[in-house]
Amino acid sequence: MTRIRCYWGWVAAAIAFRILLICFPKNLNLGSRPEVATPLTSLRRLAEGYWLKQASMSPYAGSMYHGSPLLLSILGPFTITSLMFVIVDFVTAMLIRATGQKLMLKCHQSLQFLNLSKLVEASGNVEAGNFASLVFLWNPLTIVTCVGSTTAPIDNLMAVLAIYGACSCLAPLAAFGWVIATHLSLYPAILIVPLILLLGHGPDAPPLKLFQQKNNSASGSSPSSHSHTKSTQTGIQIDYFSWRPVLHFLLWASIWSCYVLVLSSISLKGLGGLLEMFKKTHGFILTVVDLSPNIGVLWYFFAEVFDFFRNFFLIVFNMNILFMLLPLAIRLKHRPCFLAFVYLAISSMLKSYPSVGDSALYLGLLGLFANELAGMQFSFFLFCGYIGVSLLSPVMHNLWIWRGTGNANFYFATGIAYACLQTVLIVESVSTMLKYDRMLRKHITT
Amino acid sequence: MYMYACMHVSMHLKPYMNRCQALIMLRLTTSNGGSDAPYTAADTPPPPPPLLMATHLHRSAALLLLLILSHVLVRPVLASGGHDGGGGAEEEEFSEELLLKPLSDRKVLAHFHFQSTALPSATNGRHHRLFPKAIAQLVEKFQIKEMELSFTQGRWNYENWGGSDPMSSTNAKPPGVELWTLFDLPVTQVDATWKNLTHSLSGLFCASINFLESSTAYSAPRWGFHPNSDNLRYGALPREAVCTENLTPWLKLLPCRDKAGLASLLDRPSIYKGYYHSQRLRIVSTKVTGIVLEQTLTVVLQPNVKRNNPVSSTEGSLQPNWSMSAVFKKKITGQCVLAKASRVFLELEEGLVAELEKRVFRDSWSNPLFELSAMPDREIKEINALQDQSGSILYEFKVANYNEYEPLDVGMMWKVPLVWSCPHAPFHVSRFLMGSGNERGSLAISLQSTQSHEQFLGGSDACTLQVVVFQVVPWYVKVYHHTLQIFIDGKPQTVSDVIEKLQVTPSEDKLLPGTLELMLRFPCSMHSATLTLDFDKGFLHIDEYPPDANQGFDIPSALVSFPGFQSSRSYHEDDSLKNSPLLLKFQEKHVMRSYTEVLLVPLTTPDFSMPYNVITFTCTVLALYFGSLLNVLRRRIGEEERELKSKAARPGLIPLLLAKLSSKLKGRTDESSQSSPSLSSSSPSILGPKLLFKVILIAVLAVFWNYYLNNG
Repeated sequence: MTRIRCYWGWVAAAIAFRILLICFPKNLNLGSRPEVATPLTSLRRLAEGYWLKQASMSPYAGSMYHGSPLLLSILGPFTITSLMFVIVDFVTAMLIRATGQKLMLKCHQSLQFLNLSKLVEASGNVEAGNFASLVFLWNPLTIVTCVGSTTAPIDNLMAVLAIYGACSCLAPLAAFGWVIATHLSLYPAILIVPLILLLGHGPDAPPLKLFQQKNNSASGSSPSSHSHTKSTQTGIQIDYFSWRPVLHFLLWASIWSCYVLVLSSISLKGLGGLLEMFKKTHGFILTVVDLSPNIGVLWYFFAEVFDFFRNFFLIVFNMNILFMLLPLAIRLKHRPCFLAFVYLAISSMLKSYPSVGDSALYLGLLGLFANELAGMQFSFFLFCGYIGVSLLSPVMHNLWIWRGTGNANFYFATGIAYACLQTVLIVESVSTMLKYDRMLRKHITT
Repeated sequence: MYMYACMHVSMHLKPYMNRCQALIMLRLTTSNGGSDAPYTAADTPPPPPPLLMATHLHRSAALLLLLILSHVLVRPVLASGGHDGGGGAEEEEFSEELLLKPLSDRKVLAHFHFQSTALPSATNGRHHRLFPKAIAQLVEKFQIKEMELSFTQGRWNYENWGGSDPMSSTNAKPPGVELWTLFDLPVTQVDATWKNLTHSLSGLFCASINFLESSTAYSAPRWGFHPNSDNLRYGALPREAVCTENLTPWLKLLPCRDKAGLASLLDRPSIYKGYYHSQRLRIVSTKVTGIVLEQTLTVVLQPNVKRNNPVSSTEGSLQPNWSMSAVFKKKITGQCVLAKASRVFLELEEGLVAELEKRVFRDSWSNPLFELSAMPDREIKEINALQDQSGSILYEFKVANYNEYEPLDVGMMWKVPLVWSCPHAPFHVSRFLMGSGNERGSLAISLQSTQSHEQFLGGSDACTLQVVVFQVVPWYVKVYHHTLQIFIDGKPQTVSDVIEKLQVTPSEDKLLPGTLELMLRFPCSMHSATLTLDFDKGFLHIDEYPPDANQGFDIPSALVSFPGFQSSRSYHEDDSLKNSPLLLKFQEKHVMRSYTEVLLVPLTTPDFSMPYNVITFTCTVLALYFGSLLNVLRRRIGEEERELKSKAARPGLIPLLLAKLSSKLKGRTDESSQSSPSLSSSSPSILGPKLLFKVILIAVLAVFWNYYLNNG
């Protein structure tokens, strides 16, 4: 197993680099970049919402603020929040690392149980947790999101918290992360499927069938040792879905959501009720009201589409995220963490106001599956594509908005290219993961 | 109205013609003034069919003549009858006045003021003698308490044309259309009534006032625009072009139109040639006084300079000589007979009077500095209560004294070059945009002190000045109110120290414009102050852009008023002054106010020719994602392995393709004999029944479809 040398040194360097960049907020001016700040996550809009609230008006009056009222109470009074986002990034990285360690443990256990440990040793294995957390911390997109002072790091933290909580079977923590993440940006709501699978099945493992085959073969050869094997392999639950933690999770989720609603209604007391909050946050996300350019494709689509088709396409685009949930869940039910990664990637591609913060999250999670996805195709192409798009997109934006020499189509083209890249990444990673499982199965059968 | 209806019917509906004629005859007999000709015209028997058309025309022409005749004859009789009927003349009044004023920058201001009044409708019913019925109906239907509508082209030059006199505070208007209305209605009905009102007005004045109907176009200011205004709605269309098509309906409201009286001066080419043109309509309606309709037209014109060039002197150039006939190409040939008062005033500003006093003895229009082309009937002096400074002087000309043979032609001939300055408001206000690019910018309002407040307030250190800013921004200019910054003499100030009162209605996307009402308090010693607000530019749907999207979008003028300063003139109390609505208006106290410039904000445009491309590209990407992911998920291990095995068994891809191609080329009949035995043995045996089954299936489906379609 290859170890990452001086891991903590790298982590410290990443944090130091962020703090260094924070010292030049005016020069970078990242908070107003369309790639970094969306109408949902912009801190400038949050300041406006806070100002309105201080002037005893509803923070949602005047379509400026679309975030949660809780963020307003937490972040509003602070003027320097950048340092807080560095801490948030660090915590996220640590949670990713812990999740990775849990995944590694489970992976080793299951592979040992399947007598495939030789295979693991053979392919140069890396410590997934450490690797993923470093990928997350040193990803330029994460750094830009963190330094650009948007609320996206908090959204990411909550999503990672939910996955970590589910991985370590802490139903209350998982429920908390899920509820807050849903409250903040709606799309993490689809994580409920992988979270339930995680709590029910435990972290990622090779398909259940393999264990059954193995068991069958084992019991066939020596029926007496079956019970013994099962008791010794404590980490692996070959028995089926366990409903207890799932029910726990659901109970806690309802408790937390009640709690969040009560807190929101308290903070919005006399300023406009919860209905307005839902209309201005989740409604705003679903109806794509703001047509200002971002790195997605929906803004231009809805700026150009004929008005009478608007509702139809709104339904189509929102349903498109949901359409793939079930097929993916059926094929990847034994790998809930990977499923969560795929869901996050899909939602970041199809969400109405995407930013690089979303990419930062799923690219960080991608590191967790470095071993399984080692044989992924087009990885070099994807790498170059991401670099190319992230360099071209600001240039096209500058040409269009600031110089007036380009036009909207230039910028939209980079958006399309980015969507294609994400598509390729999703499709390739899913197919590689399925291939990997097939490979395991082959090893067992032969 | 009755006559009109009748004429209309007679022109268009033949069957009713006889009845209509009968009615007219009835009318004529009652008026005791009919001649024999109408009788003969009406008595002619119906003509034979072939001549129907010609006679019809002939008959309608005769009818028209008859109607005009009867109108002319009936009118004086009715009028005199009303007069006799005891206090009838008091019910409705009309007066016309014109104020001419030389401006310090070699231009001439002409301000027409027409006022019609009608007592409350209960006393005189639905009929009006002088008052325009359209306006009376408008007031009645929409329960208007106060309304002002202005059409303006050009910008009032506050530096050269005056900023503190009643003329500039009440008649200087922002470019385009401005409409505000105070309703006498419960709050819940105000918005619906406003929408109806805009439609009525747009029909009445041939203007696109109906664009103010949409909730994104109007606002409800609380105190920044008008004091105690709960039911007030304010809307402005800065880009509305003003032309004769708006003036004609406006003139229609006058009893003499532009056929007689002062309005006959309104020669279209000369008034639209000017630097500033503002046509205003103001309605005030109360239960006690009834409706007062005030129509004003303010134009700033440039007199023809060429003729004056030869007369130059060493002290600089002379002010241009001007006269009505030179400026308007017309003279006044008499008053509108229906007007109670018809006067022309010539005003000399304070600055000019002070300059005159410096050079010659006081007063008298026959002085060595200039010469009037007509003898004024009276001279009215302003009393300046504050200091013993010279006040403005008004020369009054009574139009009634002039007639066609002896027309009135007021003018000034300058003999000596004179330079004077006009009265200024305490601050010069201007507004501008900062920043570049199409993503964001800043809005700045700058106030430059003219130091003229010293004469109002004295120069003590502790004194403060109140300034009220009222600004409406469209929703696509998304203002961040927390970024409000105030600089006094270039130094940033704590916002809460300067702001006394603040009222913000933030803009809602595609729903509401943003309204900002600010009451500021500045120290008197201040020289300049600047307010800045950051904003983001919105991005619109392609349908929301106007046809010339790249021109940019207009932000309506902001209004800056100075509550501590009143603009009013006071004259010696005189009976004749009470008869002059214009002078009464000048004596009213008004808060000094100035409008800022209209701002042009360029917004980013999408590609307008792209909708289909964008839809197809986006959908392609989505289909790519959906299809390929589904394909990956659908693929089964077993199938793949089988496929691999079969691939291994087959001879290879290229020979297979070649074989297929050759078989296609040679046709189906040859296929069985020519192609490889493995294919020939399998394909006919499988294809035959399969094809048959498919054909039968489609046939059954077609039969079902047909059956159901016929039944349905």
